[in-house]
Amino acid sequence: MTAEYAGLGGWVPEALALPGEVRPVVSAPDPVLSRPGPEVDPKSDEVVRLAADLVATMRVSPGCVGLAAPQVGVSAQVFAVDVTGHPKAVTVHGAFVLCNAKVVEATRWKAGREGCMSVPDLTGDVKRASRLVVEGMLPGTGAPVRLVTDGFEARALQHEIDHCAGLLFLDRVAGAHAVYQRKVYL
Amino acid sequence: MNELAITVIGRDRPGIVADVAEALARLGANLTDSTMTRLRGHFAMTLICVGPAAADVEAALAPLAADGQLLATVRAVTPDGAIEPAGEPYVMAVHGADRMGIVAAMTRALADAGGNVTDLSTRLTGSLYVVVAEVELPPGSSDEVAGRLARTAAELGVGVSLRLADTDLL
Repeated sequence: MTAEYAGLGGWVPEALALPGEVRPVVSAPDPVLSRPGPEVDPKSDEVVRLAADLVATMRVSPGCVGLAAPQVGVSAQVFAVDVTGHPKAVTVHGAFVLCNAKVVEATRWKAGREGCMSVPDLTGDVKRASRLVVEGMLPGTGAPVRLVTDGFEARALQHEIDHCAGLLFLDRVAGAHAVYQRKVYL
Repeated sequence: MNELAITVIGRDRPGIVADVAEALARLGANLTDSTMTRLRGHFAMTLICVGPAAADVEAALAPLAADGQLLATVRAVTPDGAIEPAGEPYVMAVHGADRMGIVAAMTRALADAGGNVTDLSTRLTGSLYVVVAEVELPPGSSDEVAGRLARTAAELGVGVSLRLADTDLL
């Protein structure tokens, strides 16, 4: 059966009907960050709670535009993204959570500097697609979602999907001199 | 024409690069390739220049080292001959918990496969150790090299990725 993919359909984190608890964020070299996460059942209570907790943790973390399950110590294909108000963002879908997300189209690759809450002292130059189509499922309903985005939101999505696959931005840096000691902390 | 390899290493302060470059310029030395960075706060510069005799450059740089905070070395090198055919360019990234011998084991695995490291940087931040190396691999060998690296990384308990280097020409 082929799922009928739609946009977010006005989905907001409040649809989870859970306040969400802030979980501690783990840092590299924690092995959970290097382990590919399994697919999840987006309708399960556990995943709904995880989704709410990711949103809550993302919201209390300064400058955080995305948080993936491995970053709170859970090996699973679930992440939250919210690039609202970010100066580099073009298309913005607000705050949302996706389960089992996959990149289905990636074009217009551009280099950019990235950081990560789980690698707090380093940044790196990483090439990412600036036009992106992602398919995934909403937590709670399990509704299939097809998201078309660009620019900074596309970069954030690729970064989080990488986390779910056990990859850090360090795995994609452009070269030996493309890793930098972080000079500014948000 | 003399070709000289020069290193300057020691305590960082503003003006070291200017001091070195001025000393070389006064001698009519042509500064060709150079790299400078700070390694855990220490000033570290390596450069190649052509022109003057090694002894003259040594004398010109001696005042830099006078306070004992900097070490400058000069040695004559043989200009590179014909450049060998390049291998395929890849980027190897390694990250994991710091332990003894990560660079040694990973670069040995590369060397055993005929890979040549052309650029390398390593960083220790907290307990996280990161190695990024640009390497040239024998044509067609990347899958086999990736396998060797993965096995070595597993023994070390670190993660490794090997990706084709971005060589877009604009």
